[in-house]
Amino acid sequence: MAGVELKGVRKVYPNGAEAIRGVDMQIADGELVVFVGPSGCGKSTLLRMVAGLETITEGEISIGGRVINDVSPSDRDVAMVFQNYALYPHMTVRGNMSYGLKNRKIPKDKIRQIVEEAAKTLRIYDYLDRQPNELSGGQRQRVAMGRAIVRNPKVFLFDEPLSNLDAKLRVQMRIEIKRLQRRMNVTSIYVTHDQTEAMTLADRLAVINEGRVEQMGAPMELYSNPKTLFVASFIGAPQMNLIPVRFDGDALSDGVSRFPGFSDLPMDADLVLGVRPDILSITADGQLDMRVDLVEQHGGENLIYGTIVGSDEGAAHGLEICLKAGQKMLPDVEDTLQLGFDPTKAFVFRKDTGERLV
Amino acid sequence: MKRVQFEHSPIPYLFVAPQLLIIAIFFLWPAGQAVYQSFMLEDAFGLSSQFVWFRNYSDTIFNSSWLHAAWFTAIFSTLVTLLSLGFALLLAVKANEVIRGASTYKTLLMWAYAIAPPVAGLMGNLMFNPLIGDLYHFMNSFGYDFDHKLHEVDAGFVVILISVWKQVSVNFIFFLSGLQGIPKSVTEAATMDCKSPTRRFWTITFPLLAPTTFFLMVTNITYAFFETFGIIDTTTQGAPGGATTTLVYKVFQDGFRGADIGGSSAQSVVLMLVVLVLTVIQFRFIERKVHY
Repeated sequence: MAGVELKGVRKVYPNGAEAIRGVDMQIADGELVVFVGPSGCGKSTLLRMVAGLETITEGEISIGGRVINDVSPSDRDVAMVFQNYALYPHMTVRGNMSYGLKNRKIPKDKIRQIVEEAAKTLRIYDYLDRQPNELSGGQRQRVAMGRAIVRNPKVFLFDEPLSNLDAKLRVQMRIEIKRLQRRMNVTSIYVTHDQTEAMTLADRLAVINEGRVEQMGAPMELYSNPKTLFVASFIGAPQMNLIPVRFDGDALSDGVSRFPGFSDLPMDADLVLGVRPDILSITADGQLDMRVDLVEQHGGENLIYGTIVGSDEGAAHGLEICLKAGQKMLPDVEDTLQLGFDPTKAFVFRKDTGERLV
Repeated sequence: MKRVQFEHSPIPYLFVAPQLLIIAIFFLWPAGQAVYQSFMLEDAFGLSSQFVWFRNYSDTIFNSSWLHAAWFTAIFSTLVTLLSLGFALLLAVKANEVIRGASTYKTLLMWAYAIAPPVAGLMGNLMFNPLIGDLYHFMNSFGYDFDHKLHEVDAGFVVILISVWKQVSVNFIFFLSGLQGIPKSVTEAATMDCKSPTRRFWTITFPLLAPTTFFLMVTNITYAFFETFGIIDTTTQGAPGGATTTLVYKVFQDGFRGADIGGSSAQSVVLMLVVLVLTVIQFRFIERKVHY
């Protein structure tokens, strides 16, 4: 049982590329933290640095109070689940799960007991003597998890473990991982680029962009109180609508449409108005006109996609926008809808720094 | 079950015909000739021959020089195969770890592959020449009386050294591509599961290389048996006193130098059977342990 601490961690590759630009983070004992970000943001690199598969250029990583910068991966007391499972193809499921224990000189009958227990938990007991290539994707995923569990590590590391599974299985495994992590109460770091996975799994979420942690916090905290434009646009599906505007003293304006209800904003800067699809509503006195392109029926709700129509001079003209509406709302394509929103629920960001103002 | 029959077109046969023709002319016909000749005894001038049943075989196999050649071939092939595989694997593992200048390193290691066996033998011959050979002088500089023209072991050492050197590059390429075919994440997972690199190599990397190793073992044994002919012919020519004569070289010596067509044919038929048995053993017993 141990937390993980990262202090001023940086990673610079020999060719000068800076993958991690100073990360400070504290992960409490038993907590599940998800690193989320677009591909190439450094989230996997950071995880691999904790695992010991990448060297740490600068800073300190400690697990349970012990600095592990120079500790070999097998001695860090961490277990990792890889994206493509990374099972040993020449060993049976049992062999795969026992391998790490054998190398730790644990007695044979003890290994047998641990492995069989873990296999029962993961419902792969019947496959213990099969080869990995005889298993389905979901079963291989379970074996990979089993291999991690039997080690009884201080920290679990998951590197996009579900991205090779089909959508249905992914949801199922996601729930299982969460349950297992709850039950075992082991500190875990989970890397994903899928924001739904991130939102549903995480105790806390770290949004990573260009090697930095943009914001860290509980999923709902990040959703309802994003600090930057990046976090706001990354968290939430469908994505937040972003409208380029300027402040003219008493309202935001894209040059043609005006959005009142805002005050104390800089008048000399380009701003971005962020409106989530679910706070947009269809009203007769709305500030935006949208021409409908496409309606996606999700069962309980409909997502209506379209473009903003207005005068050609407006900066928002032609911008794609999305609105979440009830299942009864079924406009025809090419219909024009008038949309409005509650300004107290909208966000305003500076365009240049991404900093949130409202 | 009724099998589906398609209309046969003669065109496929036409396409394989050249290959079949080559096999027939250069393999089946000479092999048949060898079998036929192995039962015949020619007179000294090659004017007449008579059918002698298995006399050529009994003369061959119960002959001490043939037995010596068989013994030398066994040792020679085993050592050449093991050493060339071993060195190649070592080099490949090291090359796989190199990041900077990797391609130069690999190209340099590949060069020996481009050299034909007789040329390799000729180079070896020069290097071990008692007058100008650097390696000859180097070996003697330790105070050991190295002379491959006189000592059996020294002569064996020379042919094995050259044969291994020639073969390492081919094996290296196969091992290297085999190593690069191992998924990176599997190696990484092993790093987290096992601290000792040596143990990791023997429990993960080596078993995953098994298909490559098996393939190379088969081809290397064939190489040691047959292709090293050129090396032996250009260096020791079986000397001293037939100590470095392999079975193939003896077939050549007895048939073309000694003009004993019958005996030489009998030897080649025996050799054919030996290789056949060896191949069966390899595929039956060793391939079972290979995990593809």
